[in-house]
Amino acid sequence: MSSRFRASCILLLAAAALTVSACNREEHHSRAKPIGENIPAGASPPTIFPGGGSPPPLDARAALYDNNANAIGKGQQLFIQMNCVGCHSHGGGGMGPPLIDDQWRYGGRIDQIATTIAVGRPNGMPAWRGKLTADQIWDLAAYVRSLSGLPSKDAVSSRSEGMSAGTPQTLTPHGEIYNSDSAQQ
Amino acid sequence: MRRVTTAVTTVGVLVAASALAACNKTPTARSTGPQIYAPIVGGPHALPPAAAAPADDGNWTMPGKNYAQTRFSALNQITPANIGKLSLAFTFSTGTTKGFEAPPLVVNGTMYIITPFPNYLYALDLTKPGAPTKWMFKPKPAAASQGVACCDVVNRGAVYDNGKIFFNTLDGQTFAVDASTGQMAWHTQLGDIQKGETITMAPLVADGKVIVGDSGGEMGVRGWLAALDEGSGKVVWKAYHTGPDKDVLIGPRFHPFYAMDRGKDLGVSSWPPDAWKIGGASAWGWVSYDPETKLIFYGTSNPGPWNPSQRPGDNKWSAGIFARDVDTGQAVWFYQSSPHDLFDHDDVNEIILADIPWGNGRRPVLFHPGRNGYFYVIDRRSGQVLSATPYGYINSSKGVDLRTGRLVPAADKEPQPGRTTRDICPASPGAKDWNPAAFSPITGLVYIPHINLCQDEGHSEANYISGTPYVGADVKMYAGPGGNRGVFTAWDPIRHRAVWEIKEDLPLWSPALVTAGNIVFYGTMDGWFKAVDARNGKLLWQFKAGSGIIGQPISYKGPDGRQYIAVIAGVGGWAGAIVSANMDPHDPTGALGFVNAVKDLPLKSTAGGILYVFTLPR
Repeated sequence: MSSRFRASCILLLAAAALTVSACNREEHHSRAKPIGENIPAGASPPTIFPGGGSPPPLDARAALYDNNANAIGKGQQLFIQMNCVGCHSHGGGGMGPPLIDDQWRYGGRIDQIATTIAVGRPNGMPAWRGKLTADQIWDLAAYVRSLSGLPSKDAVSSRSEGMSAGTPQTLTPHGEIYNSDSAQQ
Repeated sequence: MRRVTTAVTTVGVLVAASALAACNKTPTARSTGPQIYAPIVGGPHALPPAAAAPADDGNWTMPGKNYAQTRFSALNQITPANIGKLSLAFTFSTGTTKGFEAPPLVVNGTMYIITPFPNYLYALDLTKPGAPTKWMFKPKPAAASQGVACCDVVNRGAVYDNGKIFFNTLDGQTFAVDASTGQMAWHTQLGDIQKGETITMAPLVADGKVIVGDSGGEMGVRGWLAALDEGSGKVVWKAYHTGPDKDVLIGPRFHPFYAMDRGKDLGVSSWPPDAWKIGGASAWGWVSYDPETKLIFYGTSNPGPWNPSQRPGDNKWSAGIFARDVDTGQAVWFYQSSPHDLFDHDDVNEIILADIPWGNGRRPVLFHPGRNGYFYVIDRRSGQVLSATPYGYINSSKGVDLRTGRLVPAADKEPQPGRTTRDICPASPGAKDWNPAAFSPITGLVYIPHINLCQDEGHSEANYISGTPYVGADVKMYAGPGGNRGVFTAWDPIRHRAVWEIKEDLPLWSPALVTAGNIVFYGTMDGWFKAVDARNGKLLWQFKAGSGIIGQPISYKGPDGRQYIAVIAGVGGWAGAIVSANMDPHDPTGALGFVNAVKDLPLKSTAGGILYVFTLPR
């Protein structure tokens, strides 16, 4: 066996492994056990848990939405339709804080984000419980989490939902910006 | 054939070269010294009406200085000859980090400061060294109001009258506080944040009434202006800016000059069914008052949503100027500067009252540097537009038809559903936004701090959900022709031309002050507080503040008889929200598209409200 052939085999295997792992991103859960229409009970924000405590474990439903292209795609549409974009822009912020940076006031875990959407926050984040279904809230949380580049790129949309002013998420740059572009890009 | 190929290649190379050049653009100082365009002409010039601009007593009791909104100080100790010695007298930290648009007020030895949210009110004792705090009043506005304030949680100022300080809070209340004790006299809830109503404007007190308008043109509010009784805070009248005539307080006294503004219930019929109920047209800008005719003048905001295809029609009474009787609120005239506004061109900019030479006498007019880029001179008795001249670069319209009063749109810049319209000038904040100009009765010139931005804009269907934004637009702004984002223009309102102009790198978001010493003061968003010669724009003095300046400079006579200049630094506002709200510059559409134009600001200024007071050494 030539080393070249061996290398090809390894590559093939790696590619196969990737393909298999990437399958989860398309999971629709249409035949899964029904999940309760419950909004997250209130995942704690990252804080101090006295007496040597630790943060509660990740909500079991998180796995159904996090890194899931279907959930992220639906969340992306809701983000425009429910006017999230009016406050957070396409993640850069406005009336509301930016979502594409790496700062999370109330936690960046998907269940923490879902809680924030459901119950609102005191400085003006509306409470969407009762206006959106639990499924929609989780979809939105999946999309919001994807804005910060946390999920893998193969799960996010290569198409910007807004007009051409923005860049698709697969191309979202993450790094320092210093110069103001005075010309159209 | 061959020649053609060469030509094409050459063009291609040129395009590539210019594209490369654009990519490699490094930040350069785009500010310039003054350029003189025209002489200051002698002879009779514009003057403020005496009744609206009484003699200067050395106090500064309202943001615009007087009812005519001149922002002119008659104090003249500080002159071009001695300003080189101007130095710091004292400073004060406001304890806030949001955009500081308000001026300090000075009344008989006490200075009053209203901060952005959470709207603290401070009284400083100017009679003691270092101006210690006399008292502090905390109105405790609802924190959730921050989530429905479109463009930073600013406050544009308080006003003093008859022993009380009046101001508005972000969550839609008006407060009256005893100026000597700091005790609350009354407060009235006017806005409802559940509907997206906030209040950021500075009230005006005229004829025993406190005049207040709402913000929320981006939230689908139904805009209004209200008059509260100065003594009790009770609502005397409230005029809506959309809907049936009886709600708009349109009655027998209403005589608009142009046919386009005449007709029954235009506030209903110029909208798709029911769209007027969520049509914006708030009143978050400036109110002027003519005591002779007892008329107030103010502008209304953009219609909502920004996406114009959702609201065919002229969208009365948005984006225009009202004249109303102060006693009853009854409308006397209206002029719509941007019928069916396409670009968020609110018409809330300041209205400066002046009497201009006309034939053998004088004509009472108002000066209005509009957001759409035209400097309007309007007869303030009739609402007739006497002139409308571009004072910045405009390609989104082709002029104002003085016969019909109508803005002539540029068809190629009209946004179409499903596509992005590029290179719209001026951008949504206009050739000038909220920050007012100053008017000197000595030079007869209007000193206009303004901006030079263009934008790309695309629209999507906006859904109305109360308490959330109602916009439906993606915007991306950038510097206009020349690359400078700010301009300071000395404008001759009689000859309709710029006399001199200073190009500034960053957008100018600070108002102007002009003094009888012929000095003009303004600030830049990177924190330079500048004094220039009112006659030629020559830079005379400058001071680097700890944060960018978007606040209103004032001049007052201290208890020691000396002339003082005061300004509050604190970058923010729509233009500076990238800093005050810690936005991420990677998204060009942030802050309704302003982020793209000021991506470099976080390296040029940090947030924080600080008062600076200057005077000449003894």
